Amino acid sequence: MEYSNLKRQATSMKQNLFDQGYLDEQFYQLEELQDDVSPNFVEEVVSLFFKDSSRLMANIEQALENNPRDFNKLDSYMQQFKGSSSSIGASKLKSECIQFHEKCGEENIEGCTRSFQKVKREHGILKKKLEAYFQLMRQVGPGDRATCSSN
Amino acid sequence: MASSKQQMHVLAVDDNSVDRAVISRILRSSKHKVTAVDSAQRALDLLGLESDVNMIITDYWMPDMTGFDLLKRVKGSSALKEIPVVIMSSENVPSRINRCLEEGAEDFLLKPVRPSDVSRLCSRMMMR
Repeated sequence: MEYSNLKRQATSMKQNLFDQGYLDEQFYQLEELQDDVSPNFVEEVVSLFFKDSSRLMANIEQALENNPRDFNKLDSYMQQFKGSSSSIGASKLKSECIQFHEKCGEENIEGCTRSFQKVKREHGILKKKLEAYFQLMRQVGPGDRATCSSN
Repeated sequence: MASSKQQMHVLAVDDNSVDRAVISRILRSSKHKVTAVDSAQRALDLLGLESDVNMIITDYWMPDMTGFDLLKRVKGSSALKEIPVVIMSSENVPSRINRCLEEGAEDFLLKPVRPSDVSRLCSRMMMR
C-alpha cells in the first residue's frame, strides 16, 4: 500500500517537473535507458551534471569579475553549461543559458551579470527538486524504475 | 539475442563529461562496446593501438582538435579511412553539416542526442 503510494508520488512529482517546464522529453528518454545493468543511470548522470555545472559556474563567476572582460571565454563556459543542461533535459536552465549567451553577444556586462544570477537561481531550484525526486525514487526501489518512466 | 556480429565497438569522443556519459549509456543499452575519450588526440592515440573500433562518434566543437579535424585525419589515413565517423553538434548549421558530409562523415546528429537517433544509425551500420 505504502509502496504504491510512493510510486504515485514519484510519478506525479516528475509530471509536475515536466508540466512546469523544468524538465523536457530528454529526461524521459534518459530514464528509458535504465536497465538491470544500469538502474541508477539518471541519478548518476544528473549528479555528474551538478558537479560539472558547479565548476563552470565558479569559472563564470571569476570571469565576470576579471578586467578586461573576456566575453568569448564567458560564452564558451556558458555553451558547455547549456550543452549539458540540454543533454539531461533541464529545459528552464537551458533557456536561461541562452539568455546569457545573448547578453554575451551584446557584450553587455550588466546584462550578463543579471542573467547569470538567474542561471544560478534556476540551477539551485532544479538541484533541490531533483534531489527530492531521486530520494523518493530510492524509496520506490530499483525494480519499478522502468515502469515509472512512462507518462 | 545479440550475436557478436551485432555488437559494435564504438569510440565516443566528447570533451563534455555529461554528454560522454549519455552517449555511452545509449550505446551500451543496445549492447555495444563503448570506449569514451575526452579529446580527438586521445581518440587518435587509441585508434593507433586498437584496430577493432567499428564506428567513431564525435562531438564537433572540442578544444585543440575539433571533430571535423578528427574526421579529416581518419579519412586521410589508409589504416582508418573505412571506419564510419558520425559527428554530433548542438548547432544546426547547414554549411557545417554539408562540409562534414563532403569530408566523408557517415551522418550528423543534433544534440541532445536521442536514443532513437543512435539506434537508427546503428541499424544502418550493421546492415552493411
